[in-house]
Amino acid sequence: MPSMHPLALQPKRIPLMLEVGRQLYRFPGGLRLRHHKQVACQDPLARLPLPERLYLPLVQHQGPAGELQVAAGDRVRRGQPLTRARNDCEVPIHAPAAGRIEAIRPWPVSWPPGTRADCLVLVSDANGEAMPATTLPDWMDAAPERIVEHLRDGGLAGLGGAMFPTAAKLRGDWAAPEIHTLILNGSECEPYIACDEMLMRNRPEAIVRGGMILARALGAENIVIAIEDPMSAVREALEAAAKTVDPSGHCLIAQVSKIYPEGGERQLIQVLTGAEVPHDGLPQDLGLACLNVGTAAAAHDIVIEGRPLSERIVTVSGPAIAKPRNVLAPLGAPIRELIAFAGGPIKAIDRLVLGGPMSGIPLADDSIPIVKGSNCILALGADDTRREQPVMPCINCGECVRVCPASLLPQTLYQAIRGEDHDQARELNVFDCIECGCCAHVCPSHIPLVDYYRHEKGVLRARGIEDARAEQARRRFEAREQRLAEREAERQRKREQREQRLKAREAAKSEVEAAVARARARSGAGDDGAAS
Amino acid sequence: MNPTLAGAPHLPPVNTVAGIMRQVLYALVPGMLAHVWFFGPGILVQIALAIVFALGFEALMLRLRGRALQPFLSDYSAVVTAVLFALCIPPLSPWWISFVGMLSAIVLAKHLYGGLGYNLFNPAMVGFAVVIIGWPLELSQWLAPRSLSTGLPGLVETLQAIFTGHLPAARFDAITQATPLDALRTGVAENRLVTEIRSSPIFGDFGGLGWEWIANFYALGGLWLVYRRVISWHVPVAVLATIVLVSTPMWLLGPDTNPSPPQHVFSGALVIAAFFIATDPVSGCSTMKGRLIFGAGVAILTLAIRRFGAYPDGVAFAVLLMNAAAPLIDRLTRPRTYGH
Repeated sequence: MPSMHPLALQPKRIPLMLEVGRQLYRFPGGLRLRHHKQVACQDPLARLPLPERLYLPLVQHQGPAGELQVAAGDRVRRGQPLTRARNDCEVPIHAPAAGRIEAIRPWPVSWPPGTRADCLVLVSDANGEAMPATTLPDWMDAAPERIVEHLRDGGLAGLGGAMFPTAAKLRGDWAAPEIHTLILNGSECEPYIACDEMLMRNRPEAIVRGGMILARALGAENIVIAIEDPMSAVREALEAAAKTVDPSGHCLIAQVSKIYPEGGERQLIQVLTGAEVPHDGLPQDLGLACLNVGTAAAAHDIVIEGRPLSERIVTVSGPAIAKPRNVLAPLGAPIRELIAFAGGPIKAIDRLVLGGPMSGIPLADDSIPIVKGSNCILALGADDTRREQPVMPCINCGECVRVCPASLLPQTLYQAIRGEDHDQARELNVFDCIECGCCAHVCPSHIPLVDYYRHEKGVLRARGIEDARAEQARRRFEAREQRLAEREAERQRKREQREQRLKAREAAKSEVEAAVARARARSGAGDDGAAS
Repeated sequence: MNPTLAGAPHLPPVNTVAGIMRQVLYALVPGMLAHVWFFGPGILVQIALAIVFALGFEALMLRLRGRALQPFLSDYSAVVTAVLFALCIPPLSPWWISFVGMLSAIVLAKHLYGGLGYNLFNPAMVGFAVVIIGWPLELSQWLAPRSLSTGLPGLVETLQAIFTGHLPAARFDAITQATPLDALRTGVAENRLVTEIRSSPIFGDFGGLGWEWIANFYALGGLWLVYRRVISWHVPVAVLATIVLVSTPMWLLGPDTNPSPPQHVFSGALVIAAFFIATDPVSGCSTMKGRLIFGAGVAILTLAIRRFGAYPDGVAFAVLLMNAAAPLIDRLTRPRTYGH
């Protein structure tokens, strides 16, 4: 075998030969929901006018914040890194616009709901300077390590909503098998959300090329782009793009049905391969990596155009929005500005949601900024959302069992949680709940089931920590007891030794005395005998 | 702006408990009308009586248990219990049968077990079991169906019979007529052939005359419920398929002592049980596989009680026995979770 660069890609055998996307499978449960997507796709994509102030949370991914590179009062250029990643779990943020850092202070953020987090407040300057673009033009020949490094420094995190650090996903230290297929998830299955559809219509070539960059970084050979059933225009656009960008034909477009939550990572993998991700494992265990189409387009921008991730497409929609549309917005833009750009509210907003209506996060106010994973702002009026109805007892109707895509028993789980039977909740696999909301949506008793499961997961995690702590305390206590016992035994042993020694000495002494006495007695007797 | 903060999902719910119960009631209407056609207006009086008693006991128990009256009185669950009970008793039963039945169903079977959602046993069937064990004579006073009797009692006569116990018996000589299942049971016990027994005019094409048409209309309503996804197909299919599967070989081996499968299906309360009683969510199974087992169990026990038991139709007891087994069945038929 000729010697090669250690990082160069070699044609590899796929250990677990999974056909991805050639045949479609069905996942259990799920719901057919009304899509409401067209409303946001009627108008072309428009750029949000640059807000006066941007509020950039230091953490816009799952993981700790990067190292801060700027201070209050600093002037920054567009695209300048504001934090630096020290490892793959940290993701830097970049200035979406030139301007001045006014302050670093706590500001309301979307997650966890109702909290504040440290944000960089950037007073924007539309005429400010931009950083020179740093591209990676030779990515086709570059080592995967270099691509991953470049993507990380470009601030790439999952744009699908979970904001997982992409570098960590690309370079994870999972064992065999190696990644053979990259799945690009474009099947937005939640109603109203249409940002990925807009992106796929507008920039299909960026998605395909970004997919190739990510596949190169992963060492994957195949790319499967999953889109939803009604997106026929999108399919044509992507197929044309795949033909021009990647003539080798490694890129497959798979059109999946529009059953919610088909776009969930685990459900999508089940639909495309017929295989299930192990409950304690990752898609990587099947040789798959799953990334959002938006992430692929952002990877393209970072590598080809040298533009770090600092803006994204956001769908602003819902019955309470005057002109629902997709907006290209800089990260850190307050939600208020996006709603105003979409014509403002036409009725009182009773529920403001970041994300979709099935699993989105409720927001307390509209000053919250959008971040890398913000795909949709949904404004619902009082009639469009759940009213504060009395919760009825569970009547065991089993609708939740029918719709659960993870094949859980939601109602049994609910009873276990109500009864604070934590072991039972664990045994019923509460941790396998993906919080899609199907069960709560169909529940005729209007039980907020997902809230119960989320709560129970927290309780069990805390209990796990508590258990570990108790276990540690127990071990420490036992070790101490043992130490004390050993010390006591040692002391006892010494005491006994001493006593023995003492006894021995006394015995010797008494022996001597006895001998002396005997000798005396003998000499006395002799004296007597001599005398007689 | 002051948006409400509540966890996802944020869409309005698709169904309510009251909505489900209401649809069950709508689905019973065709069967009820058929019942009125064949047996006169008695059943409507029984339904009204049972509803009044059921709501009365429901309100009383809610008050005693310190629960809110409005949400539970308007959930229609007590009404469904009352209607199902009334459809099982003879149309001219005395008024206190309903009283005792609803006392057992609502107070004993439902509220003493914790109210809606917590009852282990099907309340309507508990009510029916109590009255049929306690007052077998009153529960056997069936009228002859329309074409066999000289005339069905009108509303006034019906009310008179139910509330005073008096009926111009001369006109309605068929008042103590045995039901087809009864006739079959006693007939077989007297060593008569099934074909011979079936020659009696009380039998129709498959089951009892009139009865089989009522069953058809119950099935119609039941199919509508399946179509509307108010009930799943599992229980009705399991009940009916098991009846046919088990009774066919028995009938083929001994046609003289065993009735044919269609006769089993169209007799007694089997169809209403398959679609409306064994499908009660609270006291039934919730896993799909569990529902198949539950339905099969109801069918087998029904056949066993019809053949060997002391009561002509064993559906009520079959359902109650399977209710007791439902938690265990659910435990043993847990589906495999994704990725496990």
